[in-house]
Amino acid sequence: MLLIKNGRVVDPASGTDSILDVLIDGDRIVSTGAKLEASKKQTSPVEVIDATGWTVAPGFIDLHCHLREPGQEISETIETGTRAAARGGFTAVCAMPNTQPVNDNAAVTRSIVDRAARSASVRVWPVGAASLGSRGESLAEIGAMRDAGIVAVSDDGKPIANARLLRQIMEYCAGLNLPVMEHCEDASLFAGGVMREGPRSVRLGLRGIPAESESICAGRDVEMAGLTGARLHVCHLSAGRTLDHVRAAKKSGLPVTCEVTPHHFTLTDEDVSYNTRFKMNPPLGSRDDREALLAGLADGAVDAIATDHAPHHPASKEVEFDRAPFGVTGFETALALAIDELFHTGRLSLPRLVELFTTGPGRVLGVEDNRRLVEGGLADLTLFSLDSPWTFRAAESASRSRNSPFDGRQFRGAPMATIVAGRIAWRRS
Amino acid sequence: MQIACKIRRQAIGADQTTVAPSFRHLLGIESLTTGQISFLLEQSKIFQAIQRNPLKKLATLRGKTVALAFFEPSTRTRISFATACARLGADTMLLQADASSLKKGESLLDTVLTLEAMKPDAIIMRHASSGAADFAAARLDVPVINAGDGTHEHPTQALLDALTILDRKGAIENLNVTIVGDIAHSRVARSNIHLLSRFGCRITLCGPGMWVPRELESLAPGIRRVARIEDALQDADVVMALRVQQERMNEPALAAEEYILLYQLTPERLRMARPDAIVLHPGPMNRGLEIDDAVADGPQSCILEQVTNGLAVRMALLFHLVGGPNATQSGAPQTGEGPNAAD
Repeated sequence: MLLIKNGRVVDPASGTDSILDVLIDGDRIVSTGAKLEASKKQTSPVEVIDATGWTVAPGFIDLHCHLREPGQEISETIETGTRAAARGGFTAVCAMPNTQPVNDNAAVTRSIVDRAARSASVRVWPVGAASLGSRGESLAEIGAMRDAGIVAVSDDGKPIANARLLRQIMEYCAGLNLPVMEHCEDASLFAGGVMREGPRSVRLGLRGIPAESESICAGRDVEMAGLTGARLHVCHLSAGRTLDHVRAAKKSGLPVTCEVTPHHFTLTDEDVSYNTRFKMNPPLGSRDDREALLAGLADGAVDAIATDHAPHHPASKEVEFDRAPFGVTGFETALALAIDELFHTGRLSLPRLVELFTTGPGRVLGVEDNRRLVEGGLADLTLFSLDSPWTFRAAESASRSRNSPFDGRQFRGAPMATIVAGRIAWRRS
Repeated sequence: MQIACKIRRQAIGADQTTVAPSFRHLLGIESLTTGQISFLLEQSKIFQAIQRNPLKKLATLRGKTVALAFFEPSTRTRISFATACARLGADTMLLQADASSLKKGESLLDTVLTLEAMKPDAIIMRHASSGAADFAAARLDVPVINAGDGTHEHPTQALLDALTILDRKGAIENLNVTIVGDIAHSRVARSNIHLLSRFGCRITLCGPGMWVPRELESLAPGIRRVARIEDALQDADVVMALRVQQERMNEPALAAEEYILLYQLTPERLRMARPDAIVLHPGPMNRGLEIDDAVADGPQSCILEQVTNGLAVRMALLFHLVGGPNATQSGAPQTGEGPNAAD
């Protein structure tokens, strides 16, 4: 048994926000309340976590990450990636399908599920490819993958460029009740760009990607959601204009959701020099884009914070900016960035912040009802502190990769413990 | 012998009016102070005189080695730097894209570390990626001179252009400068914009719309974009025609005939500029494309002077970074010390 004492329990789904104890037995929450004691009749030992001053939230979900297994274990494995996720407070992570081989059939899905069962610190929810090989030509084996455990489909890394294929995928997934996660990008506008197009890219002489590369694709995708009735989820939304499309879709009642990454709500293109740790896709946006994302995170237009944790082994990033792969790591800094950039700045309330990591992503996947912090609920919990200064050092990361733009950054907010199915997956030492 | 002595004195003593600059690398004009730019131009004047001597070779950098790392093919800039090294008495080692291990897949980092391990006193670097010189400088102890990085900067080109303007106009302050061509992809244009705007020049950018994005106006104060070349040339003191890159990756092509029709620098169009306007081109020229023969070979053209001034600028820079007071920081023996005559 596990007793978490004296924490501020915040669960947006049940509207809870008060100082409570939480008692866990097995993988379930057996009771919540003030001054709980383990039953006198209880024979098994009770482990107690003193959560005084901490927040106790339902287990965080990351809708978007790359665990690189199978095929790119030099950069990350399910074991190392999920260990980093646990250190960031995540209890479940959605693993994008751009592995080698691509997760576009049930055999690969099952192998990921099996590997996760053996080596993962947190829950791994595979996302299946939408098209075979994510090549954008024909449908992947989506039905078989659903039975094997995928929670969504995506060709992440690139968009489903062909509109007719996108329509078929969406119509098919509407019937299977799976969300379609789109990496919105117009390939012809992207045109080999390496950072956001704007004054900074022109100054650095780096090829720019216009914000419209994302927003034009998102506009098409929203139209397609209307045509097909599918659940559309816009991945790593980076431009204010893209958010306008999502807002309009929500207003008209379409099942359209979106996520924003910590690096996009923290940094802008003005932070880019030739340091490849600042190179990711979509690239960092303008100051106005960042303001639009912050507004959307506050007012509900944004559904979830997702990391887009994209590890690349150090040598591959230690190259010319335009030759480096896109992507930054993100598990271990996501919550701390949210606390520092969103809560301590007064932009978000604590319950809203928690919602963006829990019920928000839960609703995208349709799992929110199973993950409430209530008696009988699943014992997936994230414990964090709003005020425990620490410094992130990429070299000490649990990830196999080091490509974080936040190396050396000092934080106030900190994950403190991660509990998955009643077990302590990680605890700050 | 006497000239060499004089150079030594003037160069080391420096002009009292300019602040003795301290910089280890030359990565771009943007990162230089106005004082550093003025200093380099003043120093270049000294080396200009040498180009007119029958014996042009000094021994100032004798015993020094300069690595020429040309990851991108270049003839003019490479020869100019190599000649500048030779005239200062420095030995050179050359890495060229075709002959090197680059084709075997060696990374830029490994390549420059290998070069550095051969203990050169400076590395001159040309590379197709913007920021490549910054990348090398951040990881090496040896001074790095940027000889052009992608579409970012080409600082010695801007310095030699400024020296040419200084010669012909007597000053580089407050001139009307018009640059015509593919500004967006031009490292020459960027370095010139950074340099000339620092001295109060009003810079007019002209070219097909997709080559002159509005963000260029944010590079420096005093920049405007003008669509018609006839308007852009109005009252210009300096006209700079850029080379049109006929093939550019990921870029839809513009027919040469279109460019000629609307943007070629012709004698008729040049008449819109001030009568004493000068014409510059970084080379190599596409005669009949961005520039008409009559302009390229006309009295206002300074194109060959630019080439000669390139030597002076590069000699001054190498003298400063390799042989000057800065270089002693590394503790390297000053074998080039003393007033050495040409051989």
